[in-house]
Amino acid sequence: MSMPRLVVVDRAAFLRRPDHRTLRVLALVGLVILWEAITRTGWVSPLFLPAPSAVLAEGYDMARSGQLFVHLGTSLARLAWGFGIGAAAGIGVGVAVGFFSLADAVVQPIIAATFPIPKIALLPLLILWLGIGEASKVAVVALGVFFPMAINTYAGVRQADPLLIRAAVSFGAGRWSVIRKVVLPSALPMVFAGLKLGAGIALLLLVAAEQIAADAGIGFLILQSGNLMDTTRLMVGIVVLSLLGVCSHWALAALERTVIPWRHS
Amino acid sequence: MRVVVERLSKTFADRRGREVAALRQVDLAVESQEFVALLGPSGCGKSTLLNVIAGLLPATSGQVYFEGEARPGRPTSATVFQEFALFPWRTVRANVEFGLEELGVSGAERAERTRRYVDMTGLAGFEGKYPHQLSGGMRQRTGIARALAVEPAVLLMDEPFSALDAQTRTLMMDELLGIWARTRQSILYVTHNIQEAVFMADRVIVLSRRPGEVLDVVPIGLGRPRRESQQTEAAFVQAAERIWGLIKSQAQAALLESAPAERGG
Repeated sequence: MSMPRLVVVDRAAFLRRPDHRTLRVLALVGLVILWEAITRTGWVSPLFLPAPSAVLAEGYDMARSGQLFVHLGTSLARLAWGFGIGAAAGIGVGVAVGFFSLADAVVQPIIAATFPIPKIALLPLLILWLGIGEASKVAVVALGVFFPMAINTYAGVRQADPLLIRAAVSFGAGRWSVIRKVVLPSALPMVFAGLKLGAGIALLLLVAAEQIAADAGIGFLILQSGNLMDTTRLMVGIVVLSLLGVCSHWALAALERTVIPWRHS
Repeated sequence: MRVVVERLSKTFADRRGREVAALRQVDLAVESQEFVALLGPSGCGKSTLLNVIAGLLPATSGQVYFEGEARPGRPTSATVFQEFALFPWRTVRANVEFGLEELGVSGAERAERTRRYVDMTGLAGFEGKYPHQLSGGMRQRTGIARALAVEPAVLLMDEPFSALDAQTRTLMMDELLGIWARTRQSILYVTHNIQEAVFMADRVIVLSRRPGEVLDVVPIGLGRPRRESQQTEAAFVQAAERIWGLIKSQAQAALLESAPAERGG
């Protein structure tokens, strides 16, 4: 005669979240196939929804003729300048405001007052000041990147461990040594969070600016194609923007892993 | 060089702006090559005293000075912190080098001294590791190597092993005694553990609870090198009992205190 048993079962099974790797790929592929299938049935006019294969073919043609790269190059140059200037200024201001009480008192209220302005609203003013050329578009992107960078860097600097700062000072570190060797490395993870945020904002502002006043660039390409009812070209522009966003995020994540080796590994 | 603390008092303003005395009229000295333990119940201002000696906190009255022939390029003090305070973005080697960098020690000598103290503290083979890859014991070895490398007039140790598990602590105490025997680096060792203080020190300075005053200075008449077996010797037991007699009532009073002290010590 055996005694009755109560076997323990895994009650937390439903809390586990497996990775479902293949499903991740399938979902994206499935969407494209569905889209292609719908357009092939003829239910939807290509004017409203061109087939993915048509978008791909159009993109290939535009790449071969070089048109695509003219637009892409123009946009990338504006992005690079705007993002670079905005990020550098944001990091500099963020460190200064985070570390020096004088800079904090002067700059903090100014940032608080100007941060809520939607930056695209400043484009007409920037065009008035800097002209209709590249400078005004670069400036609007730089402004958009500056704020999240400054605010994130500031937060990162304020989060620096006071114990580490005291340790550095006890070993003879002065103000600049503390900033360079303790405060900046402490702030790096927050700086990278700001860079990722800034990259998204930069793309948004760039396209908006290019749709308001430009004669080249991905934003201009999309607007012009729309006006000409050339939906396939329009879609090429949108796909390029999506790729730009994905690539910039991926590149920043890779850079973060190499610059902050003490956090990964 | 000998360190002299003369009639040192320190008061803080608490949150309501009231003056709280942390240290009152403290007089003590650490002779060259001496191992002195500073012992007291929690909240007696031990850490405050160490911070004043390290030049990280100003004294309210009284002074700290170093007496004797100053060697150029030799700092007056270096601190080993309870929470290690290693720079997470620096490898073991770079952490040990930190103080030497701030002293302006040139590349070749810096590398040589770093290697010497890495070897002495048993860190050989771990030079390229980041602190998060190390056990608590290895982290504190790095903290000790960093402080020893600058060859300070006095080494300040703020409960250096209290964050470690009991076995590791015993091993580290032995190793520290070994290092002290070889270098004769004068040490001011803060602890609240009577056995630890008696086992390691030449003299034990007993502080009262807040405001910290010197209750007594107990010379330890145990031979060196110290062995664990000495802990049953009469000299050990008598010294430990004498110190416990001094601080027992203080510790009981501290236990009944409702609010924890605002500052460590």
